[in-house]
Amino acid sequence: MSASMNAATALVEPTAPVAEGEAAKKIEGKSPWRLGYERLRRDRAAMISVAVIVFIILVAIFAPVIAAVIGHGPNEQFPAPIGVNSSGQPVGPSSTFWMGTDTLGRDVLVRIAYGARISLIVGFVATIITVVIGAAAGLAAAYFGGLVDSSLARLMDWLLAIPFLLLAISLVTIIGPGLPVLIIVIGFLGWASVGRIVRGQVLTIKEKEYVEAARSLGAGPWRIMFIDILPNVIAPIIVYTSLLIPVTIVAEASLSFLGVGIPAPTADWGQMIADAQTVYQYGAWWYLVFPSLALLITTLAFNIFGDGVRDAFDPRADQLFV
Amino acid sequence: MARFLVRRIFEGIIVLWLVTVGVFIIFYVGPGPKGVARALAGKSATPQVVAAVSHRLLLDKPIWVQYGHFLWLLLHGNLGYSFYHDQSVNSILAAAFPITLSLVIGSAILWVVMGVLSGVISAVRSRSLADRAFTGLALFFYSMPTFVLGLLFLLVFYYEFTIHGLALFPGSGYTPFTTNPFEWFRGLILPWFTLALVSAATYTRLTRGSMLDVMGEDYIRTARAKGLSERRVIFRHSLRAALTPIVTQFGLDVGILLGGAVITEQVFALPGLGFTAVQAITQQDLPVIIGVVIVAAAAVVVANIVVDAFYAVLDPRVRLH
Repeated sequence: MSASMNAATALVEPTAPVAEGEAAKKIEGKSPWRLGYERLRRDRAAMISVAVIVFIILVAIFAPVIAAVIGHGPNEQFPAPIGVNSSGQPVGPSSTFWMGTDTLGRDVLVRIAYGARISLIVGFVATIITVVIGAAAGLAAAYFGGLVDSSLARLMDWLLAIPFLLLAISLVTIIGPGLPVLIIVIGFLGWASVGRIVRGQVLTIKEKEYVEAARSLGAGPWRIMFIDILPNVIAPIIVYTSLLIPVTIVAEASLSFLGVGIPAPTADWGQMIADAQTVYQYGAWWYLVFPSLALLITTLAFNIFGDGVRDAFDPRADQLFV
Repeated sequence: MARFLVRRIFEGIIVLWLVTVGVFIIFYVGPGPKGVARALAGKSATPQVVAAVSHRLLLDKPIWVQYGHFLWLLLHGNLGYSFYHDQSVNSILAAAFPITLSLVIGSAILWVVMGVLSGVISAVRSRSLADRAFTGLALFFYSMPTFVLGLLFLLVFYYEFTIHGLALFPGSGYTPFTTNPFEWFRGLILPWFTLALVSAATYTRLTRGSMLDVMGEDYIRTARAKGLSERRVIFRHSLRAALTPIVTQFGLDVGILLGGAVITEQVFALPGLGFTAVQAITQQDLPVIIGVVIVAAAAVVVANIVVDAFYAVLDPRVRLH
């Protein structure tokens, strides 16, 4: 049986007989947001990923508690024969060090817990910076058009043409390493793709009758941009934001991996993995595997969540928004 | 079509020109002329050497003279001279480029085959076990940071295999194809698969989505109704129409990677453009950094023009915008 036939029969007869009152309740207005939220709640994979994300956030917040319970500080170096073996190599997982130790005899588990802080802070803050700049640029480019549009378009081309990692490493090298620098560099270099998406969306909305109506009622450009247009592009912006967080986390880890991340001795996943490169040939697999798993589980959870948000709110999947 | 191409090329040249202005500002103005001369002359250089370098690079001249000189050399295909390596930037980049090219071509073939095939199977057998497996795998590799996959490959296929007497893959380094084709191939297998698996995920998702869109079209039903074989319907009618976004993505990805697959080259110690650039940044070897950035930007710009031209051939409406 074809899909169209199914649709046709569904139109003729209601799928289930419903009582009058219940039917009235069913067609009670629900905002697009509520519908999207309800769809997201029904997405089992997305809900599991939310649980994982909450767990990672809790680990990051309570990292000092974890360190206190285990009894090892994040930067505490345990000398031979406890933290490193007699030839100075890391020791493997044991009842003392559940995930083994690193090259300096520090507890890998405690450092992974502390590393979650950096990943999440950069992931959230840099993403917000990226999205705010991108949305503002896209809105301005599409709304004002002309010279504003073409100069912003060239700026976006510029940002998209220069290899992100090389530019980011160079900037960090010039400015000097540190958490704020890392957040600003990642946040300021990634907005071009958000800008393009928002620009495209605004271009179609700008021509709608209600914008014309607002203009003829005497609304100024700021009012039209922020009150009439912006709320209608919020959905794709939110979808993009949730998909961007894991990208930002990987960008931070990559920069740390390349040696321009957070200065030592602060625990950071990318840096731990880079450090593990020097000892995995001596059998210290745990130092490579556990931080890698932490990073992978985090990005996977955010990506599954992002997919769920997209499926729930994507304007193309359902004609909810514009 | 010709007018469209001319305009796109003109826009591309403007972007490239803006890139030169940008890198010039960041690298020359940023650390200040003194810093640049010091960086170029090397750490152990005497003040006289620094002054000589400064003079030779026109760093004692006003900024616009410096930029003019920089642009003049660039227009003649001269990217400058690396004092650190005592070699022209052109020859450093010419030595690094074949390595990046070997890496990118090999993995591009792998990721297109893996990504498109898995995407087609996913779309044709939508909601089947195979579809779920491929979609899940795609999400898994899409979430996988390149350096994590590369290092885990090295841990298993290099370290564990080698200590168990199976020295199949080298741990790092590059053998030129002309020296020993077999070693070249052996050394690139792990980097190829690392880059390919991470990239293929995007293509699986893209192919699946695009195929599902196309397969809902009326002409696919017509093709089936004509009695065409399912294979013909899938590959000749659906995949062909679904290919546009895939080709676009492919062009852009290859363009970006040709400027240096920074992470993969770093993990496997392949001295390609990305590896060279990272090394140059830690050594403060400015001419080399600028050279790689300009080459990489040119690759992206050219890839964009090629993709746009491809689009314009397929869809005449694009030419109007």
